[in-house]
Amino acid sequence: MQLELTEQQKMIRNMVREFAEKEIAPIAAELDKKEEYPTKTLEKMAALGLLGIIIPTEYGGAGLDTVAYATVIEEISRKCASTGVITSVHNSLAAWPIIKYGTDAQKKKYLPLLAKGERIGAFAGTEPNAGSDLAAMKTTAELKGNHYIMNGSKTFITSGPKAGIVIVFAVTNKAAGTKGLSAFIVENTFKGYKVGSIFEKLGIRASQTSELIFENMEVPKDNLLGKEGDGFKIALSTLDGGRIGIACQAVGIAQAALDESISYAKQREQFGQPIAKFQAIQWMIANMATRIEAARLLVYNAAYAKDKGERISKHAAMAKLFASETAMDAVIDALQIHGGYGYTKEYTVERLFRDAKITEIYEGTSEVQRMVIASSLLG
Amino acid sequence: MNIVVCAKQVVDVSEIKVDPSTKRPVLSGIAKKISDIDKNAVEEAIRMKEKVGGKITVLTVGSADAKERVKELLAMGADEGVVIVAPVDSEYSVVATLLAAAVKKLGQVDAVLCGEASIDLFSGQLGPRLAGVLDIPQLTYTTKLTAEKDHVTVERNLGDHAATMTSPYPVLISVTKEINTPRLPSLMQILSSSSKPIREWKAEELAGGPLTPKIKTLDIKGVPMSRKNIVYQDDLDASIHKLVGELAKEGVLR
Ligand SMILES: Cc1cc2nc3c(=O)[nH]c(=O)nc-3n(C[C@H](O)[C@H](O)[C@H](O)COP(=O)(O)OP(=O)(O)OC[C@H]3O[C@@H](n4cnc5c(N)ncnc54)[C@H](O)[C@@H]3O)c2cc1C
Ligand SMILES: Cc1cc2nc3c(=O)[nH]c(=O)nc-3n(C[C@H](O)[C@H](O)[C@H](O)COP(=O)(O)OP(=O)(O)OC[C@H]3O[C@@H](n4cnc5c(N)ncnc54)[C@H](O)[C@@H]3O)c2cc1C
Repeated sequence: MQLELTEQQKMIRNMVREFAEKEIAPIAAELDKKEEYPTKTLEKMAALGLLGIIIPTEYGGAGLDTVAYATVIEEISRKCASTGVITSVHNSLAAWPIIKYGTDAQKKKYLPLLAKGERIGAFAGTEPNAGSDLAAMKTTAELKGNHYIMNGSKTFITSGPKAGIVIVFAVTNKAAGTKGLSAFIVENTFKGYKVGSIFEKLGIRASQTSELIFENMEVPKDNLLGKEGDGFKIALSTLDGGRIGIACQAVGIAQAALDESISYAKQREQFGQPIAKFQAIQWMIANMATRIEAARLLVYNAAYAKDKGERISKHAAMAKLFASETAMDAVIDALQIHGGYGYTKEYTVERLFRDAKITEIYEGTSEVQRMVIASSLLG
Repeated sequence: MNIVVCAKQVVDVSEIKVDPSTKRPVLSGIAKKISDIDKNAVEEAIRMKEKVGGKITVLTVGSADAKERVKELLAMGADEGVVIVAPVDSEYSVVATLLAAAVKKLGQVDAVLCGEASIDLFSGQLGPRLAGVLDIPQLTYTTKLTAEKDHVTVERNLGDHAATMTSPYPVLISVTKEINTPRLPSLMQILSSSSKPIREWKAEELAGGPLTPKIKTLDIKGVPMSRKNIVYQDDLDASIHKLVGELAKEGVLR
């Protein structure tokens, strides 16, 4: 039983930590305030290989394991949760399904673009009437000659306005229920592709989230991912991996909350001494640190299981559920430790407080995670 | 061109705490890293190689666990590493002797780069000592370097003035922090660094006999710095007046 990162994984974590400190931390608050997409940061990350973490080397990626991937997403999210989710979606929701289900031609065409960051990846499942109940989606794709004609709209799509390659799910056979959904690789340049309105959000404000609208969009037949009818299976297995990424994002946010709390509590004095001397503060910090450690181990456990090729639905759901609730608990306590100052934009903890909530919602709400865990236990 | 970079593994000095009872620095459990300015030397070596071609060897004197740190430098772009395992009490004359022996063992070396000083002891002695033992020219405190095939031109920061100098090879160059910003290795470079060789040489074999330190460190203690913690709470003008008076009394202002 080995519960330690390998030397190589540590080197990767240290590199990303240094990068995040130097290049991400100084601009995170401003991007949040202006709701500005971290385009320049993503270019720098691409040069370091961080947009092709899990993409095989033959397609220009680093071909890394999920554990290494987890450390990368945590370290990035620790400084900017928006950049964290963009990276997570790009790698685990856009690149991964192509690696897993794509044809050789699809891999050759799309993976290098994603690995080099020439195109940002997105994942479009959610619709106005199909959130937790993804199978209720209404977007249709109808085969006509060499193209599928796609009609419908998607909502809440991370990187929507910026993405060049989007994994889109649509109904190809209404009568077949979940077996009638299919997955497609869609380019933003396809005729009939439109970016709808961009949401103004509570947190992760630098990650632009938008609607995508498809009006008689022509998707080449060759861009069907997997077989017709495989869509639901592809969506679920992709989200299993994606949840590891979101769990890492949550651990990163929680760790940042702890970092901020420790330094503030040591330096803030009330009643003639640093507030870190008060047991009430110490207990909050102890609880935070303990939960973060547990959450990180659950994440590594899920990542390790994925690397071994095991079924990970339960592991990933547990990691995401626990890590996101840990993040929420941590930011609530961290803000409390900061007193009135934490309630202002002068302090990082205010942003962390807003960023944490989303981790309990996307890629399956906490209720959905509990459903996944329970059904794997109860059948 | 064969370039050697001398890089030292040090404790992360920002994490050092002083034991209040013994006044000694607490070093156990503190993360180790490559001394910051040595990374600037590695970066500069990579830029030299990018311009005139060649091979970069990283030399470090220290403990065997320095290999992990040397790997980071190989990931940045150095080609091979040598860790010279030496006793802990090796002071600068010993380290310079060992490095000089290693440089000679490597064969023809054109440029030896190092940081102006290491962040732990900051003596600034190693570069000059090494150049002395090797009997080659030295260009210390280099803030800018232009490498050509047969000579190198540098700008040096000498405190009260700057100097531009050239030297043929072989030459020893010590660099300052200002010379560049060390690059971060990409994921691919980290992965490929594992196939680059790191050799381990034993100090005594290299030196051809026992090494006797000339300097013996008896003790290292932290100097307690007490602060006055005076807070001026009158209105601004009165506070400034008092502060200036106080500073004059302390001899800070004259
Ligand atoms: C910032 C942001 C980014 C996003 N990015 C993407 C993206 O890139 N791609 C994408 O496809 N989607 C994305 N989403 C959508 C996200 O995955 C959904 O919001 C999420 O799945 C929840 O769906 P919903 O919002 O429709 O909520 P609903 O499904 O309407 O849920 C509302 C509430 O009901 C609960 N609930 C629903 N069903 C049950 C049940 N059976 N039992 C108990 N409780 C239940 C939920 O847990 C929740 O509390 C994003 C969302 C946001 C806010
Ligand atoms: C939006 C806003 C509006 C405000 N409006 C007003 C106003 O109109 N008038 C006004 O006078 N003030 C106002 N305040 C100030 C507010 O009352 C203070 O922020 C609050 O009393 C906490 O003080 P503090 O922010 O200095 O936190 P601190 O006192 O520094 O507290 C930091 C943390 O340490 C804890 N702590 C401190 N001492 C102890 C102890 N002995 N034992 C255990 N834990 C301890 C605190 O509970 C907290 O978790 C406002 C603040 C905000 C943010």
